[in-house]
Amino acid sequence: MAKHHIAFTVNGDPVEALCETEETLLDVLRNGLGLTGTKEGCGTGDCGACSVILDGRLVCSCLVLGVEVNGKSIETIEGMARGDELHPLQRKFLEHAALQCGICTPGFLVAAKALLDRNPNPTETEVRYWLAGNLCRCTGYDKIVRAVMDAAAEMRRA
Amino acid sequence: MRYEAPETLEAAIALLRSEPGEARVLAGGTDLLVQLKTDLIEPQLVVDIKKIRELREVRREAGGYRIGAAVTGAELKEHPELKAVWPGVIEAANLIGSTQIQGRATLGGNLCNGSPAADSVPALIAAGATVTVAGPNGRRDVPVEDIVLGPRKLSIAKDEIVVSFLLPPQPPRAADAYLRFIPRTEMDIAVVGAGVNLTLGEDGRVTAARVGLGAVAARPLLVPAAAEALIGSVLEDAALAKFEEAVRAACQPIDDKRGTREFRIKVAGVMARRAALRAYERARSR
Repeated sequence: MAKHHIAFTVNGDPVEALCETEETLLDVLRNGLGLTGTKEGCGTGDCGACSVILDGRLVCSCLVLGVEVNGKSIETIEGMARGDELHPLQRKFLEHAALQCGICTPGFLVAAKALLDRNPNPTETEVRYWLAGNLCRCTGYDKIVRAVMDAAAEMRRA
Repeated sequence: MRYEAPETLEAAIALLRSEPGEARVLAGGTDLLVQLKTDLIEPQLVVDIKKIRELREVRREAGGYRIGAAVTGAELKEHPELKAVWPGVIEAANLIGSTQIQGRATLGGNLCNGSPAADSVPALIAAGATVTVAGPNGRRDVPVEDIVLGPRKLSIAKDEIVVSFLLPPQPPRAADAYLRFIPRTEMDIAVVGAGVNLTLGEDGRVTAARVGLGAVAARPLLVPAAAEALIGSVLEDAALAKFEEAVRAACQPIDDKRGTREFRIKVAGVMARRAALRAYERARSR
C-alpha cells in the first residue's frame, strides 16, 4: 500500500510528510519531520510524554494516526520558545528545578500551556487534575505544580 | 491496513460492508490505537468516522439531547447546557482518562470498546439513553443497556455504526449522578461504577428511578429491582437498605487485581447508595 501524503501545520509552519497507515502522529513528528522534542514514553496514552496540541486540544500524539492530521494544526514543544526567549513556563520550570531526567518535561510544558491558554488563573487543584495524565518519576510533582502556578501568576501580571 | 475517512454515514457503512477482512471503526482512537499497537487486533481496514457531521454534533431533540457518537469528552464538558441537565452523564464521561484522553475519547467509542467497566455506560443506562445504530438496512434505535453483551462483545453487526445517543427529556425534579470506585483519585479503570437517575414527585417521594452498574458483571447492567426499591421513598434508611440489597444481588463480578468479588459486591452497594443520595439532592434542589 502506498504511503499517505499528509499536509498540516506545525507551530504555524506548513509541513508535508509521507506516512504509513499504522504510523502515529508521534512517529511522523519524530521520524518524519525530525521534531524530536516530543517524547515517546509508554506509547499507549498513559504517560503524557508525547503531548501535543491538535486544533486547540491537548492530546497524546501516540494515540493519533499520522493520516488523521491531514489539514490540521499541531503545536509542539518546539513552538513554545520565541527564538532564544523561553516561554514563561519553560523559565519557571528551570527556576523551580521542576525537572530531573527531562523526558516528561516537553509533555508537561505543552500540557501546562494548554491549561493556561484556557484558564490563566487555575487553582492548584485544577493544575494537578489537568496534569494527571502526565507522569514524572523524578520530581514528585510538587516543583512542577509550583512552576506552573508561578508561571501563571507571572503571565497574568504581564 | 487501509485508512478511510468518509464524509457520509452511507459511505462508511458501504466500506465496512465491502471489506472481506477485519474492519474497525475509528472515533477518538484512545482504545483502538492501543489495541493496534499491542497487536490485539490487526484490521485490514480502519474507517475514521470523525468527518461525518452528524456524529460530531450535540443538538436538542424531542425535549432531550442527541449526542453524536464521535463527540469528545472535552466537548461534552464545554457544552453550555448538558452538564446542568445531565450532570451524572457528563461526570461519567469526564472520568475517562486524562485531559489528553478527554480531548479524543468519545461516548461511541467508550460503548463500542465493549468494556464492562466503561464509565459512561452505567450513567447512560441510568439516564435511559437510546442508541441510534445505522447499517445497510437503515437505522434502528436500541436501549443502551442492550449494546454490550460481554467483554468486547456487542449486539452490533460488522457493517453497523453507532451514530448517536438520545438522552430523553428530564422532567422537573429529576437528576442523575454517577460515582465509581478506584484506588486513587484520577486516571484509573472502575472497580465498581454506579449511575442513578431519579424523578421526584412534589412531595419529594421518588416516582421514577433507573440504576446502572459497571464493572460488576460481564456487561454493564440495568438493575430494575434496585430502582423499584426506591420508588415511593424519600431515600429513608429502610428503602436504602433494600436498594443496596438489590444492587448487591445483581452483581456477578470477577476477582482480579482491581478487586475481589466480595469487595466489588460490597462496594457496589456503597457506591450506588451514594450515587442515589447525590441524585436525590440534585433532584430536590431543582
